[in-house]
Amino acid sequence: MSSNPDDNQINPNETNPEERRILIPGSPINPRREFLRSAALFTGTVAALGGGLEVLTRRPGMGSAEAQGTAFAQAARPLGPYDTKEAVTSYQQATTYNNFYELGTDKADPARNAATLKPRPWTVKIDGEVKKPQTVDIDTLQSWFPLEDRIYRMRCVEGWSMVMPWLGFPLAGLIRRLEPTSKAKYVQFTALLDPKQLPGQKSNVLDWPYVEGLRLDEALHPLAFMAVGLHGKVLPGQNGAPLRLVVPWKYGFKGIKSIVKITLTEKMPKTTWALAAPSEYGFYANVNPAVPHPRWSQATERRIGELGRRKTLPFNGYADEVAGLYKGMDLRKNF
Amino acid sequence: MSAGDARQTVPAVKAQAKGSYQPRRKAASLGWLVPAVTVGGLLPLAVLIWDAYTGALGANPIQRATLQTGLLTLALLVASLACTPIRLLTGWKWPARIRKSLGLLAFGYAALHFLIYLFDHGFSLGVMFEDVLKRPFVTVGFTALLLLVPLALTSGKNSVKRLGFQRWTRLHQLVYLSVALGALHYYWGVKQDHTPPLIYAGVIAVLFAVRFLKRKPTKKQGGPEKTSPA
Repeated sequence: MSSNPDDNQINPNETNPEERRILIPGSPINPRREFLRSAALFTGTVAALGGGLEVLTRRPGMGSAEAQGTAFAQAARPLGPYDTKEAVTSYQQATTYNNFYELGTDKADPARNAATLKPRPWTVKIDGEVKKPQTVDIDTLQSWFPLEDRIYRMRCVEGWSMVMPWLGFPLAGLIRRLEPTSKAKYVQFTALLDPKQLPGQKSNVLDWPYVEGLRLDEALHPLAFMAVGLHGKVLPGQNGAPLRLVVPWKYGFKGIKSIVKITLTEKMPKTTWALAAPSEYGFYANVNPAVPHPRWSQATERRIGELGRRKTLPFNGYADEVAGLYKGMDLRKNF
Repeated sequence: MSAGDARQTVPAVKAQAKGSYQPRRKAASLGWLVPAVTVGGLLPLAVLIWDAYTGALGANPIQRATLQTGLLTLALLVASLACTPIRLLTGWKWPARIRKSLGLLAFGYAALHFLIYLFDHGFSLGVMFEDVLKRPFVTVGFTALLLLVPLALTSGKNSVKRLGFQRWTRLHQLVYLSVALGALHYYWGVKQDHTPPLIYAGVIAVLFAVRFLKRKPTKKQGGPEKTSPA
């Protein structure tokens, strides 16, 4: 920040003036060689400093991520009652800007690293307070329900949002099929734990495996959704292949990816982010513009692809559908 | 920044004045250094603009630009603070010559970081003041930037003369507070992976330690003439 006022001066203690006199005026200086030397040093320094700073600070986004997955055979269909009519976020953006710490903490990391995640073969274990505990193959599980499209807003707790055209089935159908016992009050979801497939798990940024949960009535709400596809294609790894949760009125981190276990429980599940930073992320995590994150306001959000910000809506715009679930609850405490 | 530097150079000026030899000879051969640091320091800005133009900043370019300008500020501030410890440890003279450029580059990126933040929030001063007052994460970052303003304004040689060396040095010690707050701002800004901000904090701590350890012996042997308050 500062300057030494006499930077250009030579400290006479450094070299004996007598020596200097001998060394400098006497030595023949080749101006051309001197110029070339300076030019080389100049270029080298520019490259070293500029390159060093780039290495330290530049985190380029993903240029492009083409859909590797096969497309689902789907006929065009009219918008359903839960679909938003807002412009859909492009496949390119939805698959290159992801929070999936198991595949890296940078937004572009999951798209780069997704190839290590193998979504087939894949089984989902169902246990806890259900009448039919079982381990089921993902293809079998998928075959239980007709696939539906859902165009949902997705609001990340970090203050950005997307509009995602999911493919999948309502969570309620799955829960009912599993026949919860009378003790079941919550649904806990557990993601894959396998540092080979999810190399981000080699670092202890979070307590792995990732765990999320819903109250049973939330899980039974028709908006709660299990996605297996996106933009008409098989769900890419970076978006949580082969099976992920989508709860559009909650912050995105509730949407656990790459699920391997669904457990019905009596007690409220201990969820990953709520354990990692309880003052910042609660169990409910309903989108709420009135409750700021400790480090930023939640009143506005940037829709990916837009430069300005838009106002964040209570329950991410799904208040009419879901506000009733939280009647009588203080949502400032139960954030 | 360092009183030691400047005081030692006073005799150098005198020596040069009567000098039959040419002590500038060696200095002139380093004439490329400051321009090279300036160009190298601005290179990431050019790449950033290019990235924005080509879409390489990804789906949320404003967030990327905010993050990168913040990181550039911290990296360049740390580099400027490394100059004196490097000189103390190695005896090299060149680090002192680029310190001011590194500091000014850091300030430039900090100002840009702040401007992008303002742009992000539609230049709403209401949002800014709410953030600054309510959210410690923003408060420390904003304070770190404010502390750099007087330093940038008094970075010229004239300011040293005007303020007097003692006062100028004391003023510029604010850079330590600023870089510490900057590192804290980074630490609080990171959602979960705190390793990178802790690395910065560690480097800053080492730089402080070097200065602290290196200044004791000079005190003993040299008396007040050689102490380096910086």
